[in-house]
Amino acid sequence: MTTRDVDLPVGLTPEKWYEAVDAIESVHGEKMVLQMGPQHPATHGVLRLELETDGELIVKATPHIGYLHRCFEKVCENMTWPQVVPYTDRLDYCGSMNNNLGYVLGAEKLFSIEVSERVQTIRVLVCEMNRIASHLVAVGTYGLDIGAWTPFLFLFQAREHILDLFDELCGGRLLYNYIWIGGLSHDLPDGWLKKVRKFIPYFEPRIPELNSLLSYNKIFVERLANVAVIPADLAIRYGVTGPNLRGAGVAWDLRKAEPYSGYETYEFEIPVGRGEVGTVGDCFDRYIVRVNEMVQSIRIIEQALDRLEKMEKDDVQAAIPKTFAKVPIGELYFRTEATKGELGFYIISDGKQKPNRLKCRAPSFCALSVIPEVSPGLLIADMVALIGSLDVVLGEVDR
Amino acid sequence: MPLTIEDVATRLSTQLNISLSLEPNSPAPLIIIPADLLRDASKFLRDDDALRFESLNCITGVERAGAYEIVITLYSATIPLMLNLKVKATGEDPAIPSVTDIWPAADWHEREVFDMFGIRFEGHYDHRRILCADDWEGFPLRKDYQPPLFFHNIPVTVNVPGGLQIPLTRIAK
Repeated sequence: MTTRDVDLPVGLTPEKWYEAVDAIESVHGEKMVLQMGPQHPATHGVLRLELETDGELIVKATPHIGYLHRCFEKVCENMTWPQVVPYTDRLDYCGSMNNNLGYVLGAEKLFSIEVSERVQTIRVLVCEMNRIASHLVAVGTYGLDIGAWTPFLFLFQAREHILDLFDELCGGRLLYNYIWIGGLSHDLPDGWLKKVRKFIPYFEPRIPELNSLLSYNKIFVERLANVAVIPADLAIRYGVTGPNLRGAGVAWDLRKAEPYSGYETYEFEIPVGRGEVGTVGDCFDRYIVRVNEMVQSIRIIEQALDRLEKMEKDDVQAAIPKTFAKVPIGELYFRTEATKGELGFYIISDGKQKPNRLKCRAPSFCALSVIPEVSPGLLIADMVALIGSLDVVLGEVDR
Repeated sequence: MPLTIEDVATRLSTQLNISLSLEPNSPAPLIIIPADLLRDASKFLRDDDALRFESLNCITGVERAGAYEIVITLYSATIPLMLNLKVKATGEDPAIPSVTDIWPAADWHEREVFDMFGIRFEGHYDHRRILCADDWEGFPLRKDYQPPLFFHNIPVTVNVPGGLQIPLTRIAK
């Protein structure tokens, strides 16, 4: 238990403290079952956790999901190939561009469609902007969970700029339906790139501001350090991916490992958890990886902007097939690095206008499945820290 | 020269002492494994030093012409290689051995496949529905599934008396 490793106040000897801790730990009362959620503010949506508690300690935690289930996969079977794209928006509604991209790239690979370099660069640009917006929500609401109000408002202010830019780009602030099979729904509006360029000097100072306000705040660090450690091997066994895996110290990013959309030509680093304030893979590591990823996303955005400013305008819908009535037959699993981790689509085409089967492998779904494994021994308050650090979006878990 | 899927299939067929069939025509080749050998094959794929398929990424349930099958997507960072295993389930009450103890990640994926297709996973320690309610009837992703009109007296389907009235004309035929 972590209660033994504390800075003791003056006058309290370790022996006395250990005696007190032993006395507390030796008391085992009746086990109590506590329902956390589905309407709990810290469960980030409609997640219900059935906690079996012994006093303040969790003995067993069972997540119950499905409150937001709408059978996305069945809906897709009744939609034509391009009609599926707006439905992917609603999976992880904080990172819709990345969901669009995952499905669209899978379908393009299946149908052997090649898009122009400019379209690819625009896709990378909007996806990285979206990644920042998603991480801002993750980091901001995490602060909120732990009890910090102000950073949340600051971060949402920055996110608002990105949403306004997306609004101008495609008319949507949260759900974009922007990336289409074979192209994009709209070309860039005139002067849009200049506005994105202006966003960078606005956003860059926000990161040090966040670090001084929240990241290295003593109370915040104390709440996260050494809490709910997910070591690398456990994360891999449970299929935990994305920032949660990188927080465990594994430099694994599909943008580097299996590059798509030309990610191999961009310079960026993979931030990993280093156990700065505690153990590698604790809540703080998962948190700080997201903060550092935003810095890397800014680097990618700058490079994409440099390229786009030099490129000639072309038709962003040139490669969109005229009809989807007859498509190649086949099946494949395609995965991309979405904001929460590995977003995979298993797509089966039997040559018809609609997918025969479309399976979505949601990163949050797998991240949530690790909770029963790591939660025994946590305090109930630390459970909030654990869920927030995993950054699950229930729209994607329940599909 | 990293191992290819053909190499993996060869090693696997030598180990299991059977001939394995590949489906090479799809963009990502699949290895078809008989259901009764799935657990042996899984253990070999995970533990063999040259293969080390340590992560299970996804399990997809599929219905094809009334028959059920699952596709297990594995990844080995050692080779590196992504591998799809296809396992066919037969009969009225389709069942496949569970691989949850080999890859814990399979736990929720298997429950989801059961929830959606009604394929049982023999040996799963917590075999129950995951996304639908525990007392939901039917398996939604089966092709012949008919959604209920009411669930605990709550209208479920659109256009039922007392439910939402939405014109369905705009949904693609």
